[in-house]
Amino acid sequence: MPQPIRLNDHDKDARLIRRRALVGAAVVFLLIGLLVARLYYLQVVQYEYHSTLSENNRVHVQPIPPTRGLIFDRNGVIVADNRPSFSLTLSRERAGDWEQVLDVIVEVLELSDDERALFEKRVRQGRRPFEPVPVLFELSEEQIARIAVNQFRLPGVEVAAQLVRHYPQGEHFAHSVGYVGRINEAELKGLDPVAYSGTHHIGKTGIERFYEAELHGEVGYEEVETNARGRVLRVLKRTDPLPGKDLRLTLDVRLQEAAEAALGGRRGAIVAIQPATGEVLAMVSQPSFDPNPFVTGISFKAYAELRDSIDRPLFNRVLRGLYPPGSTIKPMMAVAALDAGVITPSSRVFDPGFYQLPNVKHKYRNWNRSGDGWVNLEMAIMRSNDTYFYDLAHKMGIDRMHDYMTRFGLGQRVSLDMFEETSGLMPSRDWKRARYRQPWYPGETLILGIGQGYMQTTPLQLAQAATLMASRGKWIRPHLAKSIEGQPPVDSEPLPDIQLHDTKYWDYARFGMEQVMHGPRGTARKVGDSAVYRIAGKSGTAQVVAIKQGEKYDRSKVQERHRDHALFVAFAPVENPQIVVAVMVENGESGSGVAAPVVKQVMDAWLLDDGGQLKAEYAPPLNAEVSRR
Amino acid sequence: MNSNFDRTLSSEDDVLRRRAGLLQRLHIDGILLLLLLILAAGSLFILYSASGKNVALLIKQASSFGIGLVGMFIIAQLEPRFMARWVPLAYLAGVGLLVAVDVMGHNAMGATRWINIPGVIRFQPSEFMKIIMPATIAWYLSGRSLPPRLKHICISLALILVPFVLILLQPDLGTSLLVIASGAFVLFMAGLQWRWILGAVTALVPVAVGMWFFVLREYQKQRVLTFLNPESDPLGSGWNIIQSKAAIGSGGVLGKGWLLGTQSHLDFLPESHTDFIIAVLAEEFGLVGVCLLLLMYVLLIARGLVITVQAQTLFGKLLAGALTMTFFVYVFVNIGMVSGLLPVVGVPLPFISYGGTSLITLLSGFGILMSIHTHRKWITQV
Repeated sequence: MPQPIRLNDHDKDARLIRRRALVGAAVVFLLIGLLVARLYYLQVVQYEYHSTLSENNRVHVQPIPPTRGLIFDRNGVIVADNRPSFSLTLSRERAGDWEQVLDVIVEVLELSDDERALFEKRVRQGRRPFEPVPVLFELSEEQIARIAVNQFRLPGVEVAAQLVRHYPQGEHFAHSVGYVGRINEAELKGLDPVAYSGTHHIGKTGIERFYEAELHGEVGYEEVETNARGRVLRVLKRTDPLPGKDLRLTLDVRLQEAAEAALGGRRGAIVAIQPATGEVLAMVSQPSFDPNPFVTGISFKAYAELRDSIDRPLFNRVLRGLYPPGSTIKPMMAVAALDAGVITPSSRVFDPGFYQLPNVKHKYRNWNRSGDGWVNLEMAIMRSNDTYFYDLAHKMGIDRMHDYMTRFGLGQRVSLDMFEETSGLMPSRDWKRARYRQPWYPGETLILGIGQGYMQTTPLQLAQAATLMASRGKWIRPHLAKSIEGQPPVDSEPLPDIQLHDTKYWDYARFGMEQVMHGPRGTARKVGDSAVYRIAGKSGTAQVVAIKQGEKYDRSKVQERHRDHALFVAFAPVENPQIVVAVMVENGESGSGVAAPVVKQVMDAWLLDDGGQLKAEYAPPLNAEVSRR
Repeated sequence: MNSNFDRTLSSEDDVLRRRAGLLQRLHIDGILLLLLLILAAGSLFILYSASGKNVALLIKQASSFGIGLVGMFIIAQLEPRFMARWVPLAYLAGVGLLVAVDVMGHNAMGATRWINIPGVIRFQPSEFMKIIMPATIAWYLSGRSLPPRLKHICISLALILVPFVLILLQPDLGTSLLVIASGAFVLFMAGLQWRWILGAVTALVPVAVGMWFFVLREYQKQRVLTFLNPESDPLGSGWNIIQSKAAIGSGGVLGKGWLLGTQSHLDFLPESHTDFIIAVLAEEFGLVGVCLLLLMYVLLIARGLVITVQAQTLFGKLLAGALTMTFFVYVFVNIGMVSGLLPVVGVPLPFISYGGTSLITLLSGFGILMSIHTHRKWITQV
């Protein structure tokens, strides 16, 4: 044996491993014993408890949906509340052959096959085992009675009282407050399944959507004992849900109604803002629609009617309608040019009725073909003189113009809490290079000076730009929520105030706007003359984008719908601005003739008391009156 | 010495001669094969009920069994010495694949675990590591003297920790713990001193605290919290535990009968055919059914330990012991978590849960056990 030690080692190793294997075996027996003990405990000791849980009386956890927060207008008038409503629910697991149960429901309530298909879709969307899925809402007394009589044929079917969203103001706030609707599958994927386990509705548009998190509240749950037919026998444990927060709007129901009346059935948009606070007092997009059918599920036919209507009632003109601002942009251009130093309040331009760039033949026309002669700033705004602003734009150049107009909020989202606001467009050299792969042409600068060309704005942006004129550049994002459970909304990315080299520049442009209403040759002097307070305003017209081909309607209507949109922005009283109003009347043609009277009617509704006099709290301070004269 | 040696030889020789039948020549261990086939049959039986009578799924599982058994036969033909030679390379390849998965793996259910070459192959390298890990440590320690010295322990630990961290990053807590266990069992079998074991257990506390704050993902923390108090979130992650306990408990001693479990068939029980399948078994076959299954497992483990003791080479002993003990960990962790003893980590129940990958890994492990047992040489070596 040459290597006896090696053999010895082997033996020792083998003994060591045998010992360890024995220890391992002991551990295995011990732990398997532990498992058996655990299973014995669950299956023998706790058998009664668990079999109760699972078999005879199914104890299950059911979520209790929170009550959605209420929405009030600024004076406490209710805009969105929750109404008790009886709905028919079905639990697949308890129904057994649930498709057959659906057949019975359809038979008992004498419903159509379409509705049965809808029911089936809703049942399939059920998320949790044993969850009662609502299939039919707003049951009538008779329907409840019929279900009760046939209850024995309808296992798993229950009539449940639910709180369903209701909008008592109907059409008035469909575009601002929006509506809730049933959670669809796409939304379900993005939601916290626990937080929404008992909730069937979610904010789809407007305030309901934007403040969904605040309005929704927190889910509660209860452990209930039910019998095999699904009837709840008793509640074992309950954790109450936390209701959603109540929301107070900045909107005023009365002003909203007055504004809609002022529009007089025409299609258009109105935004009224309180300049000192940025609160939106009225927000009108006409025609509108009743949001209530959307809550419980609008029928396909009714929806198609709304969607395909030539008047586009579902289209939110205030936030999503894009229009060239036209001449309404001129006061802001004037402020910009004064601050940039390219004009002075007294510098003049001669208007022969057109403007020509040096060495270019093309004539850029003034709207008044005969020309206004020598024109200064005040005159240019009052008369809405295009020649003056072509010249101003040429001197400013696109880069400075883009910079200043961006500070007025053009080409960006301005609101604090409005869902799906579009940003519009304030063109620039970079934008054109990226969009068209072309350089910027000087002629394009000229027409920007009178608010035409590539520029696209929403009525909300126009109202905000006018608000900045009224507040002398103080930026507060326009918002719809005054307070959420007493807390005002917070602007997480405030925009910087517009600081001019001389605050007097504001006054020159504002005086021009005042002259539009009250000057001897002001374009809207007819409206201004009838006012008991001083207004500063500016008209504008927006050319209509060509209507899509292939749409079917009368010729007379087509022609009417090719007319220009009428725009008007204004604030009043001039000395102490209380309200800014922007109006867009679709195909209204004349800003001063059609939109300006609407503006004044809205202002009257806000500023005047019952006797037709300016409310005392809005009266201009005496010293301001004196100093201005 | 000599006589002692002769006596051992002759007695073993007798045993050998008695059993040297067909199975021996095919390098198959009859006891293991019999137990595995019983488990396979039982698995399909339970799976039929747990999957809601899904025959397609059953066929898939049966074919996975077939593939796994073929793989087991092939591995059983390989000599342990041959394995030991290739283990280091396999280890390096495994670590390389894990790195590849972490960098560019295929995403399934929020965790990156798969290598996917479309149309060619799709597998989890971490699964592969469950076999390579103990083999590597066994290979490393079998060349040293036992019990291992501090230096060798440290190197072994380093070898274990690299793949552990890589799998943890995927993130896959369940598999990474199994991999660490499989490596640690080799050290245990190799006679790691008790003071080191005690020390490691003591050190686990700060490590666990550190993991909680720096390593564990949000969903993993949630599982642990839910385990500690399932009632805290009955609608969310506590649901699984509450429902699986109810399923097990309501089975009683004899169970509700095959296909008659209400918890699983009414969709109360999530993942009833994968990780939580024991709850279906417990509900339908009661305590008796679970105990029979546990008996099968105990017999498999006992046979594994016998093979460990009878193995001739140190490599074989260490590897066989570690594989057997790891198999036990599977069983214990899975049943422990479903019955609410342990937090929920994704460990399937061996041979019963649906899933081809784990099945193939497990059967490969038993292939190695068979190889170790049937390649013993007596006369020729002397």
